[in-house]
Amino acid sequence: MYKLWLIPALPFIGFLINGIFGRRLSKTVINAVAVLSVVLSFLWVVKTGFASDWGAKELHSHYFTWIQSGNFRVGWNYSVDKLTMIMLMIVTGIGSLIHIYSTGYMAHEEGYYRFFAYLNLFMFFMLTLVLAGNYLLLFVGWEGVGLCSYLLIGFYFVKKSATNAGNKAFIVNRIGDFGFSLAIFLIVVNFGTLEFRPVFAAAPGKPVETLTAIALLLLVGAAGKSAQIPLYVWLPDAMEGPTPVSALIHAATMVTAGVYMCTRSAAIFTHAPIAMETVALIGLATAVFAATIGITQYDIKKVFAYSTVSQLGYMFLGVGVGAFSAGIWHLMTHAFFKALLFLGAGSVIHACHGEQDMRHMGGLRKYAPITMWTLLCASLAISGVPPLAGFWSKDAILVATYQHAPWMFWVGAATAGITAFYVFRAFFMTFLGEYKGHGHPHESPASMWAPLVALAALSIGGGYFFNVPKILSGMFPLAEEPDNPMLLAVSIGVGVLGIAIAYYMYVVNTELPARVASAFGSLYTLVYNKYFVDEVYDAAIVHPIVEGSTTVLWHGVDQGVIDGIVNGVGYQSRGIGGILRLVQSGNIRSYATWVVLGSVALLLVLGIAKGAF
Amino acid sequence: MEPSDALKLLQNGVPISWYLTLSAVLFATGVAGFLFRRNIITVFMCIELMLNAVNLSFIAFAHQHRQVSGQLFTFFVMVVAAAEAAVGLAIILTVFRNRSTLNIDEINTLRN
Repeated sequence: MYKLWLIPALPFIGFLINGIFGRRLSKTVINAVAVLSVVLSFLWVVKTGFASDWGAKELHSHYFTWIQSGNFRVGWNYSVDKLTMIMLMIVTGIGSLIHIYSTGYMAHEEGYYRFFAYLNLFMFFMLTLVLAGNYLLLFVGWEGVGLCSYLLIGFYFVKKSATNAGNKAFIVNRIGDFGFSLAIFLIVVNFGTLEFRPVFAAAPGKPVETLTAIALLLLVGAAGKSAQIPLYVWLPDAMEGPTPVSALIHAATMVTAGVYMCTRSAAIFTHAPIAMETVALIGLATAVFAATIGITQYDIKKVFAYSTVSQLGYMFLGVGVGAFSAGIWHLMTHAFFKALLFLGAGSVIHACHGEQDMRHMGGLRKYAPITMWTLLCASLAISGVPPLAGFWSKDAILVATYQHAPWMFWVGAATAGITAFYVFRAFFMTFLGEYKGHGHPHESPASMWAPLVALAALSIGGGYFFNVPKILSGMFPLAEEPDNPMLLAVSIGVGVLGIAIAYYMYVVNTELPARVASAFGSLYTLVYNKYFVDEVYDAAIVHPIVEGSTTVLWHGVDQGVIDGIVNGVGYQSRGIGGILRLVQSGNIRSYATWVVLGSVALLLVLGIAKGAF
Repeated sequence: MEPSDALKLLQNGVPISWYLTLSAVLFATGVAGFLFRRNIITVFMCIELMLNAVNLSFIAFAHQHRQVSGQLFTFFVMVVAAAEAAVGLAIILTVFRNRSTLNIDEINTLRN
């Protein structure tokens, strides 16, 4: 057998060792356990890849029956096909690099073992998610990564903002998961099973309405996990967590789970055109919306966070227009360059002694050259400059979008331009000009820059060498290459244009941004404050719920009705008792009087009843 | 009373209603004493009086119905009353030694 269970089990063992004994272990041992468990898992994935011809030969392992109820069965099943293989490579590969990076980044942090235990637990759940052979097991991984995300966002738990961000992520994800669980129930009702293969085989024969309902509910789940409108609000706040966490969970792997899930459910989505259109529209709207916010942010991690939301929107756009493999391609290249962007940002923050505001950076070119060059690769890749990784996948999505609806293409292309602009804005503000911060910036240790270099190599060549649509052509037929050089020119042109404008505004004419900001006035304020979405949600949803819970549920139902009944019974008993205790005076002769009076009364009654009087 | 009535009484015995009336009077006296007297010894004697009133009606019924069980009950009551007298008088003696009073209203330490 292929022992697929080893892939998630290795990080789980790491979690157990570090989680239980970590407090007493030295940092060297914790590092060794955490990194080795993930690297070994990666190697086992590679071995499985060779054994299965990289997913061409599908592997299915059934370990035990989890739920058995009548004809309904759910097993602990792991499956590997090409899609899973790609996800496994991304998750374990990037995961290994980020674990190595974390040993340097987290070296001086409190709760070192706790961090790595959570990170390993995350790997376990993420691998369960991608290996799952049915929806329920996928849901287990889905919830598990959500838990780890919560734990790691709130890692600095003494900071109020961090715990709030963790709660926000958890609660917003519950909304999405509610939709996902409804979708699972619908699948059980309509298909009688949750195993992927029978469900997808039966999907074409089901009514469109059913499939649309399932697909839309799956989309709700995906929108929660993958930070799409309207549930994207948790992701920017999630940057409160340590930077490697932002890179691994909130950029490269976990947030792409929604895209993976939609692609995995392609058989359902393709037969529900309305749902597909919704996916595309939500993806496009999210891409534009988040990109515009990204322009105005000054916190380097916030910029990349909104960039992540925007790029996830791109992936959903790809899925929505039917280009599943292009979506997965972008998922992969995005994992490369966004992990690099975040790790680079972490390196920059490390260099600036914890400073995250880009206005207090600048001129880091001299102090952190390796970070600069690697970040340049990532920035060019995300901007879609050929032949770097991002160009290929983004172009594939845009081409597919053009074939679906030209107006979507133009919006998507404009977004690509905005993306290039704000990413290079961040790059120029950080590395060029004069250093405006405090203290002496310094380059990061080798354990941190080595993963950066590896990811830079992937950001450069990853798109060209791993042509996902070709790899997945067996599952998703290749789209015809359109003979339209205009598309290619536009998709390259907007990227270059965005970079050029950023260069002009932030290097050549550094007075300009402030003038532009004041020229747009209220519009700038609106975007700078993230369209006040958090405030609107707070006023429209959070506040009414909290108020309603306080006044109606707490003071009304709980204190009024429930406590009222319980206390009322007590008060009444006491009142009646208060009257009855007058009878029990403790005076024997008064009792005797009662006995005599009672006897006389009894005799009288009996006498009257017998007619004696 | 006519001579013939007296003869009847001798021949048939005293009618039961006479016994029962006596018993009721004795019992009522006991109850009244129990309720209205303050001295413990008097109260105690009143209880004895009630017991003996009951004994009297037991005996009367036993004679009337020619059944021995009434007399047996009387013996029981007498045994209990004797025991009660022994224990009760001991208690009263102790109470008096400790409290120097036999007023029943003043002996209510356990009340609250």
